[in-house]
Amino acid sequence: MKAVVTVLGKDRTGIIANVSNLLYQKGVNILDISQTILSGMFTMIMLVEVGQDAQYDEVRSALMDLAKEMGLEIRVQRSDIFDAMHRI
Amino acid sequence: MLNSNEILQTLRMIDQNKLDVRTITMGISLLECVPGPESGLCDRIYDRIARQAERLVPVGDEIERELGIPIVNKRISITPAALISAGTDPVALARALDRAAKAVGVNFLGGFSALVHKAMTAADQALIRAIPEALATTDVVCSSVNVGTTKAGINMDAVRLMGQVIKEAAERTKEMDGFACAKLVVFSNAVEDNPFMAGAFHGVGEGDAAINVGVSGPGVVKAALEECKGAPFDVVAETIKRTAFKITRVGQLVAKEASRRLNVPFGIVDLSLAPTPTMGDSVAHILEEMGLEVTGTHGTTAALALLNDAVKKGGVMASSHVGGLSGAFIPVSEDIGMIDAANKGVLCLDKLEAMTCVCSVGLDMIAIPGDTPAETISAIIADEAAIGMINQKTTAVRIIPAPGKGVGDQVVFGGLLGEAPIIPVHRESSKTFIDRGGRIPAPIHSLRN
Repeated sequence: MKAVVTVLGKDRTGIIANVSNLLYQKGVNILDISQTILSGMFTMIMLVEVGQDAQYDEVRSALMDLAKEMGLEIRVQRSDIFDAMHRI
Repeated sequence: MLNSNEILQTLRMIDQNKLDVRTITMGISLLECVPGPESGLCDRIYDRIARQAERLVPVGDEIERELGIPIVNKRISITPAALISAGTDPVALARALDRAAKAVGVNFLGGFSALVHKAMTAADQALIRAIPEALATTDVVCSSVNVGTTKAGINMDAVRLMGQVIKEAAERTKEMDGFACAKLVVFSNAVEDNPFMAGAFHGVGEGDAAINVGVSGPGVVKAALEECKGAPFDVVAETIKRTAFKITRVGQLVAKEASRRLNVPFGIVDLSLAPTPTMGDSVAHILEEMGLEVTGTHGTTAALALLNDAVKKGGVMASSHVGGLSGAFIPVSEDIGMIDAANKGVLCLDKLEAMTCVCSVGLDMIAIPGDTPAETISAIIADEAAIGMINQKTTAVRIIPAPGKGVGDQVVFGGLLGEAPIIPVHRESSKTFIDRGGRIPAPIHSLRN
């Protein structure tokens, strides 16, 4: 399934490296990535392909752990919710 | 590809504006439980609910995790219990429902109900008289009674009885400010697929089971209106419509997912703006954002009419089946803005009654003095039922005569049910009026065939 990973937090080194490394280790393919600094806040949005439904919870929980470790806000959501709201 | 602004807008709606899916409600028909010995009815009902709704809560949690949007409640609605309770102790039946709801982990179960808009059967009467004990001795069972329709008129015998039932329900839970009354709704033109409590039931025109979803999002609408300060009402209406469309699309997505995973047909999405007592989740604050100093002042009914209509217009295109109550809810104790307005004395019962002419339901979660006579409560119900009957809309009364409390006191229910100041009712008697009984005939426009 396609999912959107959003990472928000104070800018620091290693955010992109750590998040993408974790996704790589879990076998998650990154389809698109955009990153910007909004009012001093690091904001990264990734569109990823998670292989199987069962893998979703594992990836989500690993990213939650990483968020805690690095003091970031990380969210993983199926892309369907954004499509539903913003595409007819 | 989605752009970053759209993704961040969705996150903002969820995080800052408290967008959520208020409820996934599974409607379950209990008609199949009737055949068999009367003594086993409660067991058959328990088994039916426990089997059908076994996966409702885990599936709801799963969808919440995957989509990243809170799904606040998972609930069950059942066939109006009076239709199946003949020959059975209604209180025992309510307790079986309570046990079944707790076994599957839902927040509430609605449908300890009777449809008596024309007349009452013996089973209807037995169930209605058992409501106070049933609600006082169960935790999650909700009850509703339909006393009028546009087609049938208003059953004033039932209206009289409901005034007494509400008083007794409050008295039986006096140590909790009459909490049982928060689980009891008196309807006119009740709908069969409403997912919201306390008035949900699974109508007789429904199938074996259905998934109905109630969306929410007053905070999102308010945030959108903050962007168009001073703009004319055309812009206000357009902004609400656009926002309601987005909110409803999420509800539709959740409903479809839940339906697929539970293998239960999708029923409807209810496009309601349902407030909570937390800051930033208030329907009253939307009205105030439109320019009213305090909700309840002159202009409130017009503001609510615009809001209610725009929510429906925006939402209806976003879902394949819209139903339930659909509109703006105005429960006093569950809305921080309404609570403030009532505390200031601006929002009074008469104004609330006027507001119910243009919003989705009725007099909701209103605390009144504990010494209010049963006949006065019946008369409040009659007024509200008349508004529903004449205007061909659903209206309802969920009112709490708080035992031992008077104007100036507060009732506190906690959680989503919130707290409310006791507001005054007219002290002049309606007893002679209510004592007449009988039936108010259906209006002329009921004869449309």
